[in-house]
Amino acid sequence: MSSPVIDTTAAELLKLVRRPAAWVLLAVAAVLNLIFAYVVPYLSYTSGSGGGMTDGATPEQLLASTLPDQLVANTIGGFAVFAGALALVLGALMFGSEYGWGTVKTMLTQRAGRGSVLLGQLTALAVAIAVGLLVMFGLGALTSTGIALAEDQAINWPGPLDLAQGYGYGWLILLTWAVLGAALGVLLRGVALPIGLGVVWVLGIENLVTAMATSVLDALEPLRDVLPGVNAGSLINTVLVDRSVEPAPGVTDAVGEGRALLTLACYLVVAGVAAAWSMRRRDIT
Amino acid sequence: MKIAEPVVEVRELTKRYSDHITAVDRINLTVRRGEVFGFLGPNGAGKTTTLRMLLGLIAPTSGDVGVLGQRPGTPAALARVGALIEGPAFYPYLSGRHNLRVVARYGGVPSARIDERVGAVLRTVDLADRADDKFATYSLGMKQRLGVAAALLKDPELIVLDEPTNGLDPAGMRDMRRLIRELGTEGRTVLLSSHLLGEVQQICDRVAVINHGQIVTEGTVDELRGDAELVVVATPSDVARDRLEAMPEVENVHPTEGRLHVRVDALHTALVNRTLVEAGIAVTELRRAERELEDVFFEITQSPELNHV
Repeated sequence: MSSPVIDTTAAELLKLVRRPAAWVLLAVAAVLNLIFAYVVPYLSYTSGSGGGMTDGATPEQLLASTLPDQLVANTIGGFAVFAGALALVLGALMFGSEYGWGTVKTMLTQRAGRGSVLLGQLTALAVAIAVGLLVMFGLGALTSTGIALAEDQAINWPGPLDLAQGYGYGWLILLTWAVLGAALGVLLRGVALPIGLGVVWVLGIENLVTAMATSVLDALEPLRDVLPGVNAGSLINTVLVDRSVEPAPGVTDAVGEGRALLTLACYLVVAGVAAAWSMRRRDIT
Repeated sequence: MKIAEPVVEVRELTKRYSDHITAVDRINLTVRRGEVFGFLGPNGAGKTTTLRMLLGLIAPTSGDVGVLGQRPGTPAALARVGALIEGPAFYPYLSGRHNLRVVARYGGVPSARIDERVGAVLRTVDLADRADDKFATYSLGMKQRLGVAAALLKDPELIVLDEPTNGLDPAGMRDMRRLIRELGTEGRTVLLSSHLLGEVQQICDRVAVINHGQIVTEGTVDELRGDAELVVVATPSDVARDRLEAMPEVENVHPTEGRLHVRVDALHTALVNRTLVEAGIAVTELRRAERELEDVFFEITQSPELNHV
């Protein structure tokens, strides 16, 4: 007989593959990434104009920022804010929907204990994010190759270690946001409130605290430096190669690489433990 | 006769939500292998809370529960139990077939057997024709049948069905009754919770009645229904009542709506008739009438002595 964790992971992946919302989230993440990392800079380059997010960069710098050697930065550059918010939505949907549909009782009356079910769900979430990230890297590679061929530019890829590091950092960032969403889904037993709170946090609170700490209230810096978005942005900052173009929103040098890694890992563990505590202790009524 | 082993054993089981709310109050219950056991009670009596405790969804405040010799909610117990609790809950964006595949995965059905088991249970509940339609498009009756199909996937020894006929039309209810009866004859144990007393009377071997969180009676359906009554319509009615009450063979006379309900052994029916006629009383109707489980249920659940309200 197979392991309950493996069975739960397989069941979760089966659900996820057929869930339209999961594909919509992946499509939105991929399209936004392509637009901001490739389409906008390339169109600015071809029109010979700057402005907006490309302000200050020369046309040559804009073109250079879309070429294959920038694949890592271009793929995970937006993970601190928009892709992070989408990952949080995925986690909240995946875990909170079970309460909204009442299917949590269906899951928990089959075979696996509560701990195994949660572990299986988290494993499926980690696998889904790994696959989604692979798709985003693939689309970025295709797009940048297309631009390089169209503009007769050399095709130079990042080294294997840089690719692996970027992929790993991107996976950790998205997984952290997704598990935070999952924990909110389990703790609040639903979807709407976790998504609402999570998105307000990612897009509102983090920006507010960061802006206040930077401009008016230095005392907020220690608080800013433990925020998940700031640490995600700091991790992304370490993989940027070309600094001639304005980085994506949320990318910052507020904390160092090691601390950012540790902080995100702590969020991951704390969110997972909180979800496990809630799932194991509370009655399913 | 050899007594079958207990499949569900509940001792002094209690669930309190606060000092003021006791959903289940020190109940004792034994369900034996191979029987179809009815768990009756009005809405809010504590049926679903009890069943959820048997499945590990709710932690008891106190008391002991054994399910197939295991603690409730443990993988060892769940692997041998199929359940439909308080309505079917599935993924609306998946078809019936894919929902069952997902449940089979959760249930640890070996990969090689999943399609075979899913096909078999879909045929059992007569849902094969609509198996590839999305769950969201199903009628309430179809959803209920899918819920029963999911409960059967693991080929369980114990099946717990909470109000399985909710939302079914008369034909669907008849089919469901037939299905539950078949499950009972296949050697499985069925624990059926319902407030539809007619269906319980037709299906169950034994029943327990719960009200205000307490078991108020337990026994076979026949034990609960008791002996059949004699219904007498006679004129003058008050004289007939006096004569019947004077008979040593008669246990009890209860007048309702112009009729006298007489508790007396069936062997004495002719004697009752003769006694009344010889007393000059005109007997216009005399027949035996069995009490329905519904009558017993209302007597029990509405009796102040039997309910600690």
